[in-house]
Amino acid sequence: MVSKRIVLHFPHRLVNQPIVYKLVEEYDLQFNILKAFVTPEEEGLMVLELGGKRENFDKGVEYLQSCGVKIQPLSHDVVRNETKCTNCGVCVPICPTEAFVVDKKTRKVIFNDKKCIACELCIKICPPRAMEVHF
Amino acid sequence: MKTVKEINDKIKKGEVVVVTAEEVIDLVQKKGVKKVAQEVDVVTCGTFGPMCSSGAWFNIGHSKPRIKIGGGTCKLNDVPCYTGFAAVDIYLGATALPDDDPRNKVYPGEFKYGGAHVIQELAAGENVRLEAAGYGTDCYPRRKLDTLINIKDLNEAVLFDIRNCYQNYNVAVNLSDKPIYTYMGMLKPNLGNANYCSAGQFSPLLKDPYYRTIGIGTKIFLGGGIGYVAWQGTQHNPSVPRKENGIPSAPAGTLAVIGDLKQMKPQWLVGSSMLGYGVTLIVGIGVPIPILDEEALQYAAAQDKDIYTQVVDYSVNYPNCVGGSLGEVNYDELRSGKIIIQGKEVPTGSLSSYPKAREISEELKGWIRKGDFLLSEAVAPLPKVGSGYSFKMLKEKPILKKKE
Repeated sequence: MVSKRIVLHFPHRLVNQPIVYKLVEEYDLQFNILKAFVTPEEEGLMVLELGGKRENFDKGVEYLQSCGVKIQPLSHDVVRNETKCTNCGVCVPICPTEAFVVDKKTRKVIFNDKKCIACELCIKICPPRAMEVHF
Repeated sequence: MKTVKEINDKIKKGEVVVVTAEEVIDLVQKKGVKKVAQEVDVVTCGTFGPMCSSGAWFNIGHSKPRIKIGGGTCKLNDVPCYTGFAAVDIYLGATALPDDDPRNKVYPGEFKYGGAHVIQELAAGENVRLEAAGYGTDCYPRRKLDTLINIKDLNEAVLFDIRNCYQNYNVAVNLSDKPIYTYMGMLKPNLGNANYCSAGQFSPLLKDPYYRTIGIGTKIFLGGGIGYVAWQGTQHNPSVPRKENGIPSAPAGTLAVIGDLKQMKPQWLVGSSMLGYGVTLIVGIGVPIPILDEEALQYAAAQDKDIYTQVVDYSVNYPNCVGGSLGEVNYDELRSGKIIIQGKEVPTGSLSSYPKAREISEELKGWIRKGDFLLSEAVAPLPKVGSGYSFKMLKEKPILKKKE
């Protein structure tokens, strides 16, 4: 079994097609939509947690790509600007997935982007605005 | 036991022993107060947190022909300055906002740019746009000025913060069922998080709780340069309840600090945006404590677990000036990541950066060891416990209408 968080970019022509449904029906994959919207450029954007058998997962991803959906792992999207971050830790209790952890020894804030679901709560509450979204 | 002069002689000879406020804790545990008080000369403290009552004054130099900005208007990168001085002296406050900032009209406001950011950019050596208008006089005929300025060309650029370095601070929580946006950060509903803001065992005034050596004239690390304690900070309140170890268990003393902004560095003066609240400046301050006797060391060796503070509701109690604490916690508990309030486990968040407080203390330690930084003796004490000096609420008085 495999489970990954991915970002799907749908081109304009695919926005109104039931693509994710096929992932369930034909590839027996489970999904959890973490975020979905259509940008002003009319590109569809969906953050998805996708899971299932490894073989099915790979086939599903292949199917998405064959339709013209661009796939990007989630961790690329929310990044910390290391020069701006002061390691204060105000983000720690705000994050719903505990992606920020204070290192016991250094007391620095570790950002575990694998846990990040790109909810963006941390973006605006960071006083020096060190958290950035790059969609 | 020791004098500041003796310590300064040791600094000049390169024989001084300096440790940080964190290192001294281990030392005292290993060797005991008596021995360490003989060995250690200076303990360096540090703090790096949002401090709203900060700002800077500038003398921009005279234009040709001259303009009197005093009584007129002046903006730096669109952020309004105070101009009620002579011709070309201006003061920029950290929380000042451009006139067209939407503030909280779109709630919660983002407050992306303000006085604090301008101060940081100036410290970084960036050009800043100055737009000024005067009313014109015989000796200052010019009415308008629009130019780029750079800190290196200004006659004076002086950071002058009227309240920094709070001795202890509240832990903020939200008892309501809606998120609230405060200067203590976003507080999630129903005790969703508990935010605190103190460097704890690194914090200068917590390590000299009775202001025995920190006073007016104390030389400090300010924003990466050298500064001084100018006065007690506004709202200085020495007579709050204290624990047996002398440490106040609520916000108490404060410092007004001053220093040459031209020497300061942008990494230690950081413009910040508090969602739904406003702009503020994160200020880096380091204070050396001379270990003149065992008592000074005893205080300087206080640990997070010895320092207590109060949990305060910011949804109803704080805004309405209703006193009362939801509980008392120490900084060791706060730093563990969770505290218990009203039987609920609440995750904690810090606004003050502990790693940066450590970095500042290390930096100041380095300056003293290298002989670049001599200690000063206070020229006058801060108002102390029992001085009668206290923090008062505003008593509003009705405006009486004149009879016609």
